[in-house]
Amino acid sequence: MPSIVKPKVAHPSLVRNELGLTIRDYEGSMSTLCAGCGHDSITAAITRALFELSTPPHMLAKLSGIGCSSKTPTYFVGGAHGFNSAHGRMPAIATGASAANRTLTYLGVSGDGDSLSIGLGHLCHAIRRNLNMLYIIENNGVYGLTKGQFSAASDVGSRSKKGESNKMTPIDPVQLALSLGATFVARSFSGDKAQLVPILKAGLAHRGFAIVDVISPCVTFNDHEGSTKSYKSTRGRYNVATESDFVPHASEIVAEIGGVGQTNVTMHDGSVLRFTRLPENYDVTNRQAALDYLKAHQGEVVTGVLFADESVPEMHEMNNTPAVPLGSLPFEKLCPGSAELAKLMEDFR
Amino acid sequence: MRSRVNDFAIKLANVNGTGSASANGLIMQAIFRMGVPVSGKNLFPSNIQGLPTWYEIRVNHNGYTARALDYDLIVAMNAQTYKRDVQEVRSGGYMLYDSSWPLDESLNREDIHFIGIPLAQMCNENFKEPRERILMKNIATAGALIELLGIDAAVVAQLVEEKYGRKKALRESNQKALKLGADYVREHYTCPLEFHLETMHANDDKILIDGNTATALGCVYGGATVAAWYPITPATSVMDGFKEFCEQYRKDPETGANNFAILQAEDELAAIGMVIGASWNGARAFTSTAGPGVSLMNELLGLAYYAEIPAVVVDVQRVGPSTGMPTRTQQGDILECAYASHGDTKHILLIPANPSECFEFAPKCLDLAEQFQTPVFLMSDLDIGMNDWVTPKLTWDDNYRPNRGKVLTSEQLDAAKNFYRYLPEEGTAVPFRTLPGVNAKGAFFTRGSGHNKYGVYTEMPDEYQEVMDRLLLKHKEAAAYVPEPIIQKRDGARVGVITIGGCDPAVREALDILADMGRPMDFMRIRAFPFHQNVLDFLAEHDYCYVVEQNRDGQLCTMLTIETPVSKDKIRPVLIYSGFPLSAKNVIDVITSKVEELDAIYR
Ligand SMILES: Cc1ncc(C[n+]2csc(CCOP(=O)(O)OP(=O)(O)O)c2C)c(N)n1
Ligand code: SF4
Ligand SMILES: [Mg+2]
Repeated sequence: MPSIVKPKVAHPSLVRNELGLTIRDYEGSMSTLCAGCGHDSITAAITRALFELSTPPHMLAKLSGIGCSSKTPTYFVGGAHGFNSAHGRMPAIATGASAANRTLTYLGVSGDGDSLSIGLGHLCHAIRRNLNMLYIIENNGVYGLTKGQFSAASDVGSRSKKGESNKMTPIDPVQLALSLGATFVARSFSGDKAQLVPILKAGLAHRGFAIVDVISPCVTFNDHEGSTKSYKSTRGRYNVATESDFVPHASEIVAEIGGVGQTNVTMHDGSVLRFTRLPENYDVTNRQAALDYLKAHQGEVVTGVLFADESVPEMHEMNNTPAVPLGSLPFEKLCPGSAELAKLMEDFR
Repeated sequence: MRSRVNDFAIKLANVNGTGSASANGLIMQAIFRMGVPVSGKNLFPSNIQGLPTWYEIRVNHNGYTARALDYDLIVAMNAQTYKRDVQEVRSGGYMLYDSSWPLDESLNREDIHFIGIPLAQMCNENFKEPRERILMKNIATAGALIELLGIDAAVVAQLVEEKYGRKKALRESNQKALKLGADYVREHYTCPLEFHLETMHANDDKILIDGNTATALGCVYGGATVAAWYPITPATSVMDGFKEFCEQYRKDPETGANNFAILQAEDELAAIGMVIGASWNGARAFTSTAGPGVSLMNELLGLAYYAEIPAVVVDVQRVGPSTGMPTRTQQGDILECAYASHGDTKHILLIPANPSECFEFAPKCLDLAEQFQTPVFLMSDLDIGMNDWVTPKLTWDDNYRPNRGKVLTSEQLDAAKNFYRYLPEEGTAVPFRTLPGVNAKGAFFTRGSGHNKYGVYTEMPDEYQEVMDRLLLKHKEAAAYVPEPIIQKRDGARVGVITIGGCDPAVREALDILADMGRPMDFMRIRAFPFHQNVLDFLAEHDYCYVVEQNRDGQLCTMLTIETPVSKDKIRPVLIYSGFPLSAKNVIDVITSKVEELDAIYR
């Protein structure tokens, strides 16, 4: 079979998580992306986050659209079902999937083209539904897979590899999500794994829609002088607005939480998003504070968890769906039967 | 002269937004309760207020309920269409008009009778509120018709009681208005007219229901749990119905939870995406839409086809292309649905002809979609979906269990050596699938990009082709499981008449008339694609076949010529596609216009 299968040998010294699994169990097949592509670093961070959270592989659903970024779900958690759908349509597919089975963990991977152009409408509406998922935009400011066209995330003045300059204003997914009422909004950088892993973990634990915009340089089409999403430019303008750590539910360090100068957000499952550094007067549960901060720091790449609110009902709570997957309900609970039908027929006379 | 009892047609011309629907419904339901075969066709505009709207009622003791084109009585309440309406009364027929104002001279016709009733004047004298005056004008008209047509007054009184039982004021105004109309005609005209109603018992086991409601009920009974949609005429009432029935039957008695999820999507691209996501995850899911929605769904329908994911699409067809005429009926999406999406795709279509079949086929669509892991369309249309049809009471077999198709359980996966998504067992083209959340061994990466039979990404020509060839076999395999055609043969018939969907009553009536004219023809109504073997046999058995369908390009004809061995010169299209439901006259006119050809055969 012409697939690139990774050899899966777990060295006995490898650390095991609560399920007794090693990080190898959270890997997928070998990446076929360009060497040095930011997306691969994000894959590594996702792998690490899921391993550390001890997510049972078969209880994870990985979904994506189309693009280099959208290819990556094959590269992590081979034991999870994946759905590489159509360009821009992942939020819709994820909405239906979630509607059918709320017991799984949903993780979506998208690109800036996938999410901010062709699929922008679906993204907005997934935010409105507060769909319970982690939604990652691997943002390289370019269409990678179709070879280097500007995307809606390209900054004004940013130059393409061919030298053209972008004149149109970009769509910033973070500001967009904040203004649409998203309940968890973060930005990070593929090159900052130390920041990214806890953010992803918090996003996975979040009740509702967690969107993480990850700047992810495209080494082939957008890592040159003049690109504002290159490694160099991103590092130069990097602003860590908030520093945070993720403390899983019932973990031993829980006792440490609540120290002086710390702000905590308790996630729905009891785990804690612990902010070790917040800008002065920054309230992470205040949407306007996040928008104001972004405005004050225009031109910088502001990163960290910028907003989190655990109090908003997610889609299933709004719809009052049962705890079990809808597809698993016994037919007897779904079909009213012939006697009810006979009764109902009298209403149509 | 033919019997005028329980055999006539009337047409009510109104301005929409003036509340005529309630009066129309009252008359229709009263006739139904009198046990007389009846049909009502609502010919309405795509507008909320101010445009012409018509309601046609045909009663026929023989049970011919297709649209009539020959009106015994027209109620002309719309000045905009007055001129046209008056021309449609048959010679010797009647026209009922509001005589509060003098009848425009130019509208006079020598060969018809006029029934003038000062409706506006009566209502102005008897009702205070302007809105009430307008509404009660319709009810007073109904009162007049009840008297003129011999509708059982006790039945009407009972209906008013049921409808407005607790709303005293409304009930009294209705009763008053009905009496005003009835009293006036009784005093001024001979009642009933020579064509009128008499009680029968044809409807004892029947109901009055529209196709969309029946479809919705079928989806509930078939166990659909996820429904995603975007509002569009004439499909909206499918979801309205589904929601209502779910509220009624799907509230979990133990947990109080909703054992369903209805998602109003941001557009049809999302609606079908949600259906595919839900089906991929093991729920029975469907969407309802019309042609414009199917156009948007094309890309993802190809994904579902190629990645082999169940999906049910209810297409309540309306007049295209583009926005077309949203409130008029057509069978114009046949080709679009059969081959929806780019590349080589072929879908399963189930084509109901009436609300009973909508109810019966909805669970069948859910079954076939899961059995064959592919999109399935329920091809309804506006006439079936939105008009009330007299139909046998819907029944349900409690032994029915959904066919969830080939889905591996966790135990089966544990026991299996390995799992390959697109590798079917010998003797079938349908492979096993696995559901997320069941067992890591069944984990699979679903994709719309090229894949081989092991489910692995490929760009290899032979591997790609192998999967595509199996998909074609899978579609063929479905032919044995779809509803077979309805065939009715006549002695001496050499010619066949083929039709689909809501054309059924008009075509049957036409064939009875043609047989009386000495030209017996066989009848076949196709109910599904892929075509059942009986369809191929019927084509082979006849010298040639007329194909009656409601679209310009003969879409069913096209499919018959490309999907069966029949030669093109054996297919005679009979295409009636102006947007109104079909009448037997439409069919006979076309067929008899080819008299020489017919004479050659029936010499
Ligand atoms: C309907 C449709 N239109 C166009 C394409 C072509 N296409 C594939 S990927 C892509 C852009 C991907 O950009 P992005 O989402 O930013 O992902 P990246 O490759 O940059 O990670 C386009 C336009 C497609 N697959 N489908
Ligand atoms: S083209 Fe760019 S985005 Fe795509 S794999 Fe290569 S580096 Fe990554
Ligand atoms: Mg991109």
